[in-house]
Amino acid sequence: MSNNTANMKVVEGSYAIAHAVMCCRPDVISAYPITPQTHIVENLSQMVANGELDSEFLTVDSEFSALSVLVGVCAAGGRGYSSTTSQGLALMYEVLYNVSGLRMPLVMNVANRAMGAPLNIWNDQQDSIGARDVGWIQIYAENVQEAVDATLQAYKIAEDRDIRTPVMVCMDGFVLTHVYEPVELLDKEKAREFLPDFKPEHILDPARPMTFGAFADPSTYTEFRYQQFEAQLKALPKIEEVARQFEESFGRYYGGLIDGYFLDDAEIVIVTLGSVVGTVKDAIDAMRSEGKKVGLLKIRSYRPFPVQALRKALKDAAVIAVMEKDVAIGGEAGLVTDLKAAFYSSSIRTPIIGFAAGLGGRDITIKDIRKIVEKAEAARKGDLSEFEFLALRKEIL
Amino acid sequence: MKEIRLHGRGGQGSVTAAEIIAVAAFEDKRFSQAFPAFGVERRGAPVMAFARIADQPIRIRSQIYEPDYVIVQDVTLLDVVDVASGLKESGKIIINTDRSPEALKLKTKAEVITIDATKIAMEILKRPIVNTTMLGAFCGASKEVGIESLNKAISERFSGELGKKNLLAIKTAYERVS
Repeated sequence: MSNNTANMKVVEGSYAIAHAVMCCRPDVISAYPITPQTHIVENLSQMVANGELDSEFLTVDSEFSALSVLVGVCAAGGRGYSSTTSQGLALMYEVLYNVSGLRMPLVMNVANRAMGAPLNIWNDQQDSIGARDVGWIQIYAENVQEAVDATLQAYKIAEDRDIRTPVMVCMDGFVLTHVYEPVELLDKEKAREFLPDFKPEHILDPARPMTFGAFADPSTYTEFRYQQFEAQLKALPKIEEVARQFEESFGRYYGGLIDGYFLDDAEIVIVTLGSVVGTVKDAIDAMRSEGKKVGLLKIRSYRPFPVQALRKALKDAAVIAVMEKDVAIGGEAGLVTDLKAAFYSSSIRTPIIGFAAGLGGRDITIKDIRKIVEKAEAARKGDLSEFEFLALRKEIL
Repeated sequence: MKEIRLHGRGGQGSVTAAEIIAVAAFEDKRFSQAFPAFGVERRGAPVMAFARIADQPIRIRSQIYEPDYVIVQDVTLLDVVDVASGLKESGKIIINTDRSPEALKLKTKAEVITIDATKIAMEILKRPIVNTTMLGAFCGASKEVGIESLNKAISERFSGELGKKNLLAIKTAYERVS
């Protein structure tokens, strides 16, 4: 993050996101309010009402409708926006596949929150990690500034003719949506230069009739899926390229696909994503001052999964510890299994240990991160642990 | 880095107070962060909010367990919440009450400061909303944010007559504890 504070302002994360969306000039905003996303859509609704933002704001009866409306918007050639979280994202599930399968370049902010039951409104990333296979690109933000910048970048990636894939910009609910911190809001004119108006190749037009979402029988279905798969692979260099273009225009860059902190000589590397990255950086500073060679690898793009970049960045680590705010019940968790898969088809055999942490809003402290490093040190000596729930309260089980 | 924990009850403006600290500190050319202890908000229930002030960009996202300062907006919370929990010995706790620090018998080695913010707020604002008055007391007791910056942050948040009254409430509390 740039330390140039002249254009920064202390605002709430949700306001900063709404402002970024305004700079992206969506034709239609279609959303259903749900904690902790509510402030984003409230702010957008206000911007439309007071004339700051020339968009149609549709209030709908559910998240299913919110996203379904945007399928129509995209088909008619419009730029669409939505935002949701948790059960709202789950209610969109069927439509998520339709949007990606129809190659509609929507952008949606996910204010990450735990899934019920049990009912819980607090932050974890079970909602979006659980939707990792629906064909959307997923970018995770460390702080409000990154979420703002990623929102603008997301449209440029999604609308690229080689990509044409929807993007979820994932930001930790409450932790980033409700925090007040210094942010440089996007300049409207610079945003317009960076992201010109949406000019789709194919739209529903009575003058030029065309079928969207045609039936695909076994002779063609595989090829549709392959093209989506290929588009996500093409998105790998595109995400990096767009991050660099953004740097040229706005002067900020914090990794395209991944980013590192004290990675070069790190023996133990913590791999994680989202807002906890900041806490991990402070923990690393403390451990480095004690002589511990600990580093961080931050995942910015979870889908597409940056396999090559991860192999290159992590090849010299002695132990890799993955910490994530989700669990694949009956298996391990999303990121750790993806990372193991990425390494097993290479020659890298670095031990990887996995931790579920911060579920349902449980705070992750520097002490917790130290515990992970202790486990990683044990793994280095051959004491490899199985997937673990960090800071599990065994006394209440 | 200085860490501040605010205790209040839902509806007393603790989150707003934390936000104003962050705005004022940034006005002082320092970095800042403010966030609520995300709860299911109910009027009257004990709530917490947090603020951090530092000379470098703030990265940490965990809650605050060992604050430098604690602000307590409602003295009745002392019966239900361990408000001094983790407070640094070198720190300060500022409590809205008409009682003396000694009378509260708080278990802390930190400095205890009391101020009858409810009385000040009733006299000036004509309402028992004490968050801005407590900010004046925090500013006077800690000097972690400049009074001019605090006044500016307040003026941005509250306009017109209400803004003026809040500035007076802040000044009164600031002078009383300085």
